[in-house]
Amino acid sequence: MKMRQLEITVGAFMAAGLVALFFLAMQVSNLANITTSEGYEITARFDNIGGLKVRSPVSMAGVRIGRVVDIGYDQKSFEAVVTMLIEPDYNQIPEDTIAKIYTSGLLGEQYVGLDPGGSMESLEQGSEIMITQSALVLEEIIGQFLFSQAEENAMTQE
Amino acid sequence: MLDLLADFGRKGVEAFERLGRGHLLFLQILAGITSLLPRPGLLLTQIHSIGVRTVTIIVVSGLFVGMVLSLQGYYVLSQFAAEDSLGVMVAASLVRELGPVVTALLFAGRAGSALTAEIGLMKATEQLSGLEMMAVDPVRRILTPRFFAGFISMPLLAALFSAVGAIGGYFVGVGLLGVDEGAFWSQMQSKIDWNEDVINGVIKSLVFGVICTWIALFQGYDTVPTSAGVSRSTTRTVVHSALAVLVLDFVLTALMFGD
Amino acid sequence: MNTVPSLIKIRNLHFSRGDRSIFNGVDIDIPRGKVTAIMGPSGTGKTTLLKLIGGQLRPSQGTIEVDGQNVHELSRKALFELRMRMGMLFQTGALLTDLNVYDNVAYPLREHTNLPESMIRRLVLMKLEAVGLRGARDLMPSALSGGMARRVALSRAIALDPMMVMYDEPFTGQDPISMGVLAQLVRRLNDAAGLTSILVSHDVEETSSISDLVYVINGGKVIEQGTPKELADSTSASVRQFMSGLPDGPVGFHYEAPTLEEDLLSMRGGN
Repeated sequence: MKMRQLEITVGAFMAAGLVALFFLAMQVSNLANITTSEGYEITARFDNIGGLKVRSPVSMAGVRIGRVVDIGYDQKSFEAVVTMLIEPDYNQIPEDTIAKIYTSGLLGEQYVGLDPGGSMESLEQGSEIMITQSALVLEEIIGQFLFSQAEENAMTQE
Repeated sequence: MLDLLADFGRKGVEAFERLGRGHLLFLQILAGITSLLPRPGLLLTQIHSIGVRTVTIIVVSGLFVGMVLSLQGYYVLSQFAAEDSLGVMVAASLVRELGPVVTALLFAGRAGSALTAEIGLMKATEQLSGLEMMAVDPVRRILTPRFFAGFISMPLLAALFSAVGAIGGYFVGVGLLGVDEGAFWSQMQSKIDWNEDVINGVIKSLVFGVICTWIALFQGYDTVPTSAGVSRSTTRTVVHSALAVLVLDFVLTALMFGD
Repeated sequence: MNTVPSLIKIRNLHFSRGDRSIFNGVDIDIPRGKVTAIMGPSGTGKTTLLKLIGGQLRPSQGTIEVDGQNVHELSRKALFELRMRMGMLFQTGALLTDLNVYDNVAYPLREHTNLPESMIRRLVLMKLEAVGLRGARDLMPSALSGGMARRVALSRAIALDPMMVMYDEPFTGQDPISMGVLAQLVRRLNDAAGLTSILVSHDVEETSSISDLVYVINGGKVIEQGTPKELADSTSASVRQFMSGLPDGPVGFHYEAPTLEEDLLSMRGGN
């Protein structure tokens, strides 16, 4: 009887530990999303990817449809080559779609946003998105802003 | 002056001797696994006294650590209007650091010291000698099951700590401070990586499980069999475990998250 | 005495702990089927001698043969097999505190045999009956008195029907009744089960009453051997002092020290 009680408590303990691990897997971490490694890969070239990282989300109209799986650098064209894995359900993306790098919030993470074009042809495994817009680099924006301010000031003073 | 130097030298030699004995014992304990397999009951009993009895302190501590993390994190993050990242902050600190480390420290205090005292007293009351004279190897029969029980229990306890901590953080962050529930969980899920964060945390706690249980068992087995000796060994278990855990944590963190 | 073959032969045994020499050339023969007592003042290493015989300690010089085997040249496996044929009763009993009386006695049987549980039960009850504690089988060791714990430990020591039993100070700290009970038990078990008993003690009266042969050790050497009767009539000053419990004699009352005057003077000189 005592042995049985022991077995039950130890069993409950092990189960609780495994449930905790499962909770960490599904609720706390991205294991639930990472398992969908199926889909098709497309690439895009950017002049500047800013803070984009492998595993950054790829979204369309705000809906997450895939993730960045590889970031490379083309030594000839001096461009960043971003490979994205798109989930197989989303197979109706027009060929002339524009890829842009956005920032979620002022200081948030960066992600690839796809703006659909009007072509009848769809992107498929190995396709390349031809029209891209680079990440906004904060320093550049500020620089531009200051520059234009100075210009305005100069004009009004004249 | 010469006496001081000689004393220093002797202490050094003794320390190395103890280190050597400790490693030999470690190998003997591991070799004992062959005799553990046909007796799962021994392991079960030890998981009960090492793991199950530590659950309460782990769950309560985990809950409050998660709650306080949420409270402090909110205070800092709200200054940057980044409250939505509260979930990430709480979960990352728990899964990467606090889960394995605090669990190991609590484990050393709760289970490690009890192990040392138990084995030290078994030595002091000649129970270990008695086993040897009954042709039973005390390392295999007494130490090996306890070692593997600690090795199995530690990662489960650390996972419990992190999970309960995340829930505690959720209660305070979402329930009390009004962070958006969706943002709390979705930010957490998108930023906490299973391989990078959770698995590395589990590896840490496995390493800590080996170290803490080994130190506790060695201190008990190597104790001076008097009441003063056992009390000294028990203290040493807690101190050595805590130091080993903190130093190893730095090393492991540097290896895992270094680049 | 010499007609009985020896079970244990100790030859030229030297042993030291740190700088302190404990045995300095000891020769002892333990005859089969007899109760042999090893006596001596406290601190002469009687318990150490038992641990040497059991192979838990290694001598620095000399040999110990048990049943024709040199204990310290055996492989670990052979040593364990030899130990299964040795029972040892520790001073405190050394019962496993997390098991009750029944499980303690059953422990060596479960460890070393594949007997079915019904058979183990019968053996355990028989062994407990032999020490008169069959009724205490469900108690935990912490609930036993010192004398009872030793009797339980004794029944555990004989659980595997060993060829010999070593008793480490079985009478220390016992009231006269349990001392008598234990002494009778030692003698009875020895004769009934055909054991060889080695009894380490400094309790002269009880030990003499049950042993066939007595060795007296002091200062790392055997200083006298013989039957209890021979020893009682011994002319050796040390033996006489020990046997009749005189406070001063060859075994000094004082721990080794310079003379009192010297010590006192040096204190004053130091200041």
